[in-house]
Amino acid sequence: MNIINIEHIAKVYQVGSEEVHALRDVSLKINKNEYVAIMGPSGSGKSTLMNMLGCLDTPTSGIYDFKGISVSEMTDNELARIRNKEIGFVFQTFNLLARSDAVHNVELPLIYAGVPSTERKERAKQALVDVGLGDRMHHKPNELSGGQRQRVAIARALVSNPAIILADEPTGNLDSKTGEEIMGLFHEIHEKGNTIILVTHEEYIAEHALRIVRLKDGLIEKDETVEKRFIPKVKASIL
Amino acid sequence: MSSIIFELNEGLAIAWRAIRANKIRAALTMLGIFIGVTAVVLMSTAIKGIDNSFKNGISALGSDVLYVDKWSWFSNDEWWRMRNRRNIDMEDFHKFKELAKLPIAVAPVTNSVQTIKFGERKVESVFLNGSNSDYVKTTNFTFDQGRFYSEIESNSSRNVAVIGSEISSKLFPRGDALDKTIKIGGTNFKIVGVLAEQGSVVLGPFNPDNQVFIPIGTIFKNFISRHSQTVTLNVRAANPGMVEETKAEAEGVMRKIRGLAYDEPNDFSINQQEGLQEQYDSFVGIIQIAGLFITGLSLFVGAIGIMNIMFVSVKERTKEIGLRKAIGAKRRTILAQFLLESSVICLLGGLIGLVAAILLSLMLNQFFPTSIQYDVVILTIIISLVTGIISGLAPAYTAAKMDPVDALRYE
Repeated sequence: MNIINIEHIAKVYQVGSEEVHALRDVSLKINKNEYVAIMGPSGSGKSTLMNMLGCLDTPTSGIYDFKGISVSEMTDNELARIRNKEIGFVFQTFNLLARSDAVHNVELPLIYAGVPSTERKERAKQALVDVGLGDRMHHKPNELSGGQRQRVAIARALVSNPAIILADEPTGNLDSKTGEEIMGLFHEIHEKGNTIILVTHEEYIAEHALRIVRLKDGLIEKDETVEKRFIPKVKASIL
Repeated sequence: MSSIIFELNEGLAIAWRAIRANKIRAALTMLGIFIGVTAVVLMSTAIKGIDNSFKNGISALGSDVLYVDKWSWFSNDEWWRMRNRRNIDMEDFHKFKELAKLPIAVAPVTNSVQTIKFGERKVESVFLNGSNSDYVKTTNFTFDQGRFYSEIESNSSRNVAVIGSEISSKLFPRGDALDKTIKIGGTNFKIVGVLAEQGSVVLGPFNPDNQVFIPIGTIFKNFISRHSQTVTLNVRAANPGMVEETKAEAEGVMRKIRGLAYDEPNDFSINQQEGLQEQYDSFVGIIQIAGLFITGLSLFVGAIGIMNIMFVSVKERTKEIGLRKAIGAKRRTILAQFLLESSVICLLGGLIGLVAAILLSLMLNQFFPTSIQYDVVILTIIISLVTGIISGLAPAYTAAKMDPVDALRYE
């Protein structure tokens, strides 16, 4: 079954008196347990598409069904609920709460889901163990390395068992070795049956995925299966 | 219901984290509210205290007493006409006493201002009250020591005096005033009574605590000429229900004494302390409102401080707001988070301010009447909460309506 079904969506922004067509006509289906990379130069519309996929924004026209439910018509609160339950975000800049420890950062989505405190802590700790940070539970972001921070962010994305993991340039702020570790972690998460959408502009990062969607000028230029997939050698965690 | 409690609980936890994360800033913001609340509470306890004190004072004067006077106390508009009225003299008093049947007591009162001495100690500018022995029946005086001067002492114009509690404590710090001889304006007087505290700072020199009472014949003999000054007739009705009838009778009697034709206006005035209450309300009432307004302004400034800080805080945490929204926080959750934050700051500031104000008013009570009411405590809590919510509303709304995409991109 499709998790994501997009048909002919377009997004137009009004910048001053000018209309900017960020997306012109994009159709895309993503199935369960796919590992898709969305690529394109800046201005190609990939950020807009990602916001759309992440239910942060709604299209100007077209159909977006998430697990068979139409998203295009949803209210802000309904979108918030979908983001909370079905989507796990991983950002380039990690976006952790600076003054809170790893456990609190990871339990955040569960607070908004209304999960009681003890269960929340339990699940947050388990998620941290899963990403290999079992010994860093009560460290604050400034006491963690870049790679560790991104792992906390990934644990936060995984903790609510979402339908898709949406990663926006997850290695953009990391050195290549740490970046490779994080890609290894994504590989393992995918192996466990999760659906991953990766937004990047780097070819070698995109090649970790099974499928690459290339965008240009608000249109899909190419939608291809990766022939020679790059499988990270680094053992990322003790899963 | 349980989900509201859950959200409130979590919201408070988040607010508390945010406040702890910026301790100095939160403390400084609280200071603004603290000062505002302290000022408002202190002001309202002072107002309550002055009111109580005034009411006590006025009830010591007796609410069922009429004052037949040459002057009308509470209207200044025809003072030049009143100035030309005949003085009320002792002859008028005697006739009045004979003709008026309703009053339970009639006392002629005249005044002088004198210096009182006992040995080395002296009190200057004391309001000296001259009357007859019925005067005490026109008041609600209570005695600390001794008694009021008697009819015989009054009629024979003896040099006897009854002193107010404050005069007593100034001249006789050890409280042994009774039977002592004091000098009033150079003449010896024997103290036959000391009043208990009647209690009203507001009345100033009219406060019985600061007065000395001597027979009217004695005051004429020693201090003022019998014919130069008008006397006031203090007329006490049998009970408060009889005030109006007693007043009507008094008016008729006075007109008869004065031989006024039916078309001539009164050449005297009948005053009541209700007028005093009105006067008090119109004068002190305005000062009180002004006082509350000014102290309220300081609370307002505190509220602006909170609003300012909350705006800064929202701006600073734009990215955090974006993240919270991205991972599922609804608008109202974000709204509640910031409202709770400003409310907690205000409530803490308000509670500290309340404690400070109570301590301060207990201290001030030594010099100035204050009165702490329980409703002030509840009111303060409500005021602080409302201040927090109102001043947090605009910033919280700004945060709640942020677009998550823009907020996440904010640097």
